[in-house]
Amino acid sequence: MKVTLEHLTKRFPNRNKKIHEDVVAVNDFTFEIPDGKLVGLLGPSGCGKSTALNLICGLEKPTEGKIFFDTDDVTELPPERRGVGMVFQNYALYPHMTVRQNIIFPLQNLKGKDKITKEQMEERAMTAAKLVQIEALMERKPSEMSGGQQQRVAIARALVKLPRILLLDEPLSNLDARLRLSTREEIRRIQTSTGITTIFVTHDQEEAMSISDLIIVMKEGVIQQIGKPQDVYEDPVNLFVAKFLGTPPINVFHARVAGGGLYLGEDRIADTKAPEGPVTVGIRPEGFIPDPEGPLACKLHRVEVMGRDISVVSSHEASENAVIRSIISSAESEVVRALLADDSKPPKAAEESASDDRIVRFKIRPAKLYLFDTETGNRLEL
Amino acid sequence: MKQQAKGWLYLLPALIFLGVFMVYPLIDVLIYSLEEGYNFASQTRQGVGLGNYAYVLRDPYFISALKNTFVIVIITVPLSTSLALLISYFLSRITFLRQAFQTIYFLPYVTNTLAVGLVFMILFKKTAYTDGMVNVLLNFFGSPSIDFIEGPYAAKMFVMCFYTIWVVMPYKILILTSALASVNPVYYKAARVDGTSSLRIFTRITLPCISPMIFYLVITGFIGAFKAYSDEVALFGTDLNAAGMNTIVGYVYDMLYGEGGGYPSYAAAAALILFAIVFTITCINLLVSNNKAGIGGAA
Amino acid sequence: MIDKIKKAGLYLFLGLWALIVLFPFYWMILTSVKGYSAYNSERIPKLFTLAPTISNYLSAFTEVPLGKYFLNTVLFTVITTGLMMFIIIPAAFAFARLQFRGKNLVFALFLSLMMIPGELVIITNFVTITNLNLRNSFAGLILPSVTSVFYIYLLKEQFEGIPEELYKAAKVDGTSDLRYLLRVMIPMARPTIVTIVILKVIECWNSYVWPRLITDDARYYLVSVGIQEIREHGFGRENIPAMMAAVVVISLPLIIMFLAFRNRIMEGVSRGGTKG
Repeated sequence: MKVTLEHLTKRFPNRNKKIHEDVVAVNDFTFEIPDGKLVGLLGPSGCGKSTALNLICGLEKPTEGKIFFDTDDVTELPPERRGVGMVFQNYALYPHMTVRQNIIFPLQNLKGKDKITKEQMEERAMTAAKLVQIEALMERKPSEMSGGQQQRVAIARALVKLPRILLLDEPLSNLDARLRLSTREEIRRIQTSTGITTIFVTHDQEEAMSISDLIIVMKEGVIQQIGKPQDVYEDPVNLFVAKFLGTPPINVFHARVAGGGLYLGEDRIADTKAPEGPVTVGIRPEGFIPDPEGPLACKLHRVEVMGRDISVVSSHEASENAVIRSIISSAESEVVRALLADDSKPPKAAEESASDDRIVRFKIRPAKLYLFDTETGNRLEL
Repeated sequence: MKQQAKGWLYLLPALIFLGVFMVYPLIDVLIYSLEEGYNFASQTRQGVGLGNYAYVLRDPYFISALKNTFVIVIITVPLSTSLALLISYFLSRITFLRQAFQTIYFLPYVTNTLAVGLVFMILFKKTAYTDGMVNVLLNFFGSPSIDFIEGPYAAKMFVMCFYTIWVVMPYKILILTSALASVNPVYYKAARVDGTSSLRIFTRITLPCISPMIFYLVITGFIGAFKAYSDEVALFGTDLNAAGMNTIVGYVYDMLYGEGGGYPSYAAAAALILFAIVFTITCINLLVSNNKAGIGGAA
Repeated sequence: MIDKIKKAGLYLFLGLWALIVLFPFYWMILTSVKGYSAYNSERIPKLFTLAPTISNYLSAFTEVPLGKYFLNTVLFTVITTGLMMFIIIPAAFAFARLQFRGKNLVFALFLSLMMIPGELVIITNFVTITNLNLRNSFAGLILPSVTSVFYIYLLKEQFEGIPEELYKAAKVDGTSDLRYLLRVMIPMARPTIVTIVILKVIECWNSYVWPRLITDDARYYLVSVGIQEIREHGFGRENIPAMMAAVVVISLPLIIMFLAFRNRIMEGVSRGGTKG
């Protein structure tokens, strides 16, 4: 099922009664979700992504705009006639019902020609339960299950109606870190095996990046960028998207362009065709190559070994943040080894005194270097 | 639009019943109280004014009811509240048998006050056959028998207050026990570390912590005691005027129905006077408690 | 040592109050099993009896219509409580979950009604019921007490405590409001509903003022009015043991209910009951 949104807008009256201007939770959304894809709707909290989900689901009516499922205009339809299944952030399982009763509940609402027999209900509940692998827990109550199991029940309950679209609101936020990893694989697996168009909302970019076919990055009710996770990561349209994606986050510098060169402080790190004047520069942590001859000189704070990779923490006068984090893959670690050997010696005393005389120099990978307009945050050509 | 109608539909039964039996009567009772010389049988009136209030306030039965009610309020509210506080405090100091005591203390709440009132009556009443259990006790301590039910006013008032306190105690003990249990034990520990005596702990920590609940009980206690009626009937029978033990609420019902009944206008006036008294006392209570809280906050 | 004396003092005091509370109950049971002549021959009442009899209970059911009063009260309690639940559950649901214009205003009006004492409205209600020719009828007894603003409020609070996501989930699944109320909200709010039922049953069982005003035909008496009637015109004023038997019969149902649901009742009362 293809989902198309056309100029979808939702305004709420301002909760602060003194301000008469409405809050625009979703502003002029226009995009198309191809059939059978897993799409992550991504943004910081309060950006309107849950409202967007509620609009697609039908729990909220849009102020303007239209929603199509394939060619059907569902804008005016109530949720139950849209054929959507929804998994809520807290799962919204009925606590007084068993797993079986929870899963069957939506089927008992079917009316008229959609009505099915008790046996059919049982059968479909069992199929859904098998799909999420909870068929052994059918007689338990939600309170007797772990968060991950509850999550599966919620998915089964959403799938049992054979919906055309599956919607998940922050599906992983209530799980602990370890379950989160396995559950997101599980969601991917279920989505792949059913082939159902799935939209999920999250504020965790890693979660969205790891399993989505497409991600939609939102900010304050406005879509910033839509694309494959890797494309969006590698080619962000603006500073917000660049900052929002990636761990550790992108390093941001106040820079300027002069005489065809890009300067961070006094360091000319690259050639550029951008117009002269101040610009904002973002460099991904993996964009730094330690090189004694490199143009960028940073004060070294410390080196952290994190298993496979090495992270160099340093600082630079032009940096927006207190520290710069760079990730050096093992292939390039040779260069750092010297530093590391140095670092393992007992430092003289506190960081400042140590960093005074310790400088680390970097070369910058051009593909990991982005220029942004300082005023608008929009991407500029290097 | 459909959603709008549905909300009102779900509310409809409640709205109808509240309208007929709460809102309309509220307006109607005001009208009644202002209709002079209203005749219930012929549904006619002679005029409009404050005559009913004047009549009620001059009626010796009302004056006597007012006096009785005030005596009951003034005696039972402070006594029952402090006794309940003492009992709850003692309960909080013990563990063995605590549950059993709590259960026993709550029993009067679930009993029919009319029925149990009869037991009190036979315990206190002096008859031709026996002086009653209480008088046996009094005799044992060397005092002559007293007829508590048909004897002197003070004796009757004593039984009245005793029974009222017996009836209202369960609720007060329950509320104060849970209030005491909700005081954070850290305060007690801290105080004990500082070597504070238990009396000081009680007056300086426990009481301030539960004072909102005490004020709540005093306010509801006043309101409840001003509406005293059933307990009086239980002890002295339905003809409270003859027993000289009528209360304001009893006066209202007597005016409405029964031997001297059929005067809804007088009843309405008396009920509104009662409401005014209760309202005033509640306001004074709230003012006092707010002032105290204000001082406590400033100190 | 001082601690031990203090503890003993505590128990003595608490025990004394327990005695004061229990003694009337003991006395009514004791008296109810004493024979009529035995009772009247005790100039100094005995604290026990060696010859218990159930004859007083027989007289209570045969000489006066106690059974009728009892059944009336059961009927009154069941119908009133049942009807009230029918009225307050939808109202609480409407306030808690449904969206409609004027909701907040109506709710504020409801809350202000909580401050109105029953004594004020009873006068007009008496007149209304009399004019409707409903005196000495169950309708007249029941109708004015089938709504309670306070219980609507209590239940609404409880309903609102049920996560709104459940409501949304049910909406997505096409559950009607009514089905959601019946299948999800009521089962989930069951403890509060049970509490309200218990409190209402206690209130109904003990109600006196309204039944007394509205009934003067013994066929419609409830136990409270009935016991008063028994006292003044029943067995002959001196048959105290038979009277006590009636008192025991009347008190027993609530005491049994209390012992069965002790915790729930005490918790419910501390949340929402006032008496005295």
